[in-house]
Amino acid sequence: MQSLNLIIGPDGWGHLLLEGALVTIALAVTTVPFGFGGGLLLAILKGSQRRLVRALCDAFTTFFRGIPDLLSLFMVYFGLQALLDRAGRLIAPDVHLELNAFVAGVIALSVVVAAYSSEVWISAISAVPRGQIEAALSLGLDRRQTFQKVVLPQLFRIALPGLGNIWTILLKDTSLISTLAVMDLLRAASEASRYTRSPLLFYSVAAGLYLIISIAASVLQGYFERRANQAYA
Amino acid sequence: MLQDLQNAFPVLLNVSLLDEYGARLVSGLIITLKVVGASCGLGFLLAYPICRARMSRNWLLSRAALCFVTFFRGTPLLCQLYLVYYGAGQIRPELQQVGLWLFFREAYFCCIFAFTLNTAAYQSEIMRGALAAVPKGQIEAAKALGLSGWAIARHVVWPQAILVAVRPLGNELISMVKASALAAIVTLLDLMGETRFVFSRTFDFSVYLYCAIIYLIMTETIRRVLLAVETAFSRHLLASRQVVVETRGSFLKKRTKKLLTG
Repeated sequence: MQSLNLIIGPDGWGHLLLEGALVTIALAVTTVPFGFGGGLLLAILKGSQRRLVRALCDAFTTFFRGIPDLLSLFMVYFGLQALLDRAGRLIAPDVHLELNAFVAGVIALSVVVAAYSSEVWISAISAVPRGQIEAALSLGLDRRQTFQKVVLPQLFRIALPGLGNIWTILLKDTSLISTLAVMDLLRAASEASRYTRSPLLFYSVAAGLYLIISIAASVLQGYFERRANQAYA
Repeated sequence: MLQDLQNAFPVLLNVSLLDEYGARLVSGLIITLKVVGASCGLGFLLAYPICRARMSRNWLLSRAALCFVTFFRGTPLLCQLYLVYYGAGQIRPELQQVGLWLFFREAYFCCIFAFTLNTAAYQSEIMRGALAAVPKGQIEAAKALGLSGWAIARHVVWPQAILVAVRPLGNELISMVKASALAAIVTLLDLMGETRFVFSRTFDFSVYLYCAIIYLIMTETIRRVLLAVETAFSRHLLASRQVVVETRGSFLKKRTKKLLTG
């Protein structure tokens, strides 16, 4: 009873937790276009005819797939902060630019998600039958048109399962942002348990909310996959 | 030569940093290796019973295993770690009574505990997938030939299941190496923890680069060993898998050639 009061009572923490859950969802959703878009860009650049471009993209992916997500986050956060400090000093000696933690979190997560998803996009691109590309080229489309009009429309359907996996990783990775100064679900639970001294309760509630979010996400993913495959059923 | 490098990239590589704090990074690396080794090993042992429970016909057993797996795969590892580390502090008197407090008092053991349960959930799903990938007809055929349960497992199911499981298990090992960095958040001085400590002292960004390089070497080594192991295990399938293998990078291509010619 007492623990219920801590959550939904007049001085309960449920409100903070729900707001935190919304921030978590917002973080993940904001990252998606940049992360998946960046991944697609990387995948296209990896097919480039220039060796240097390919090598740079490969290095980027290997680097961010090979180090802990927490480390990428810190590197992007502190790296960007250092750059901003310099930029501020260039403008005027006493200008201090502060990096918004939410923005930093989105940038860092996007970098990681782009690195992860580029592999998914590449395998999706190579899954488009070669004959279609040859047919498009022989019809007089140039490489760019072939990609835009023939390959790209099919990519999403093929890449969907892989992107779904990365999306669930992303949802859980947002919890890392709580180590910066963003009041996401996990940080809300930390605050609540620090004040009430009942970490078991609040971290369990947070875990429950994360579960609900990820189950809802997988239901949604199933819906999208069915929809995308309707024409092929 | 290092000095030249440093002159070229004064911001990126501060070599003198290694003189002063290199030993710290090494001791952090050892802790990371211990934590990962312990939790992946224990997780592997725990995963098989969970996998069997999940596949069991007993409704209660399979439901319990499903709940376990769903919880640990559906919530962030950091949340699980907090639950263990701070949760243990809350029930300290009870833990002291049963003599477990000595265990949960240490961040080191809390990390191993949480990581073990987490990786056990993932590994059990990998095993389940691998066991399910063995065609049912083969098991029926083995039964019809009069093989015992143990013989079926030993000679029919496992050799094929291992082949399927090697790659995802290796990937799980890689993601555990990466996930172990979370231990730093609950004050454990693993590689990441030492890195944060050095950064908080020096505000020198290059320590993060050194840390990243060490992690990269670890994950890249595991990945290459994994490819070699997989190639060795699947030698008998090589002729038919040639097409697949050839798209997987030059490293494997070289090995394939060697195996085919030698």
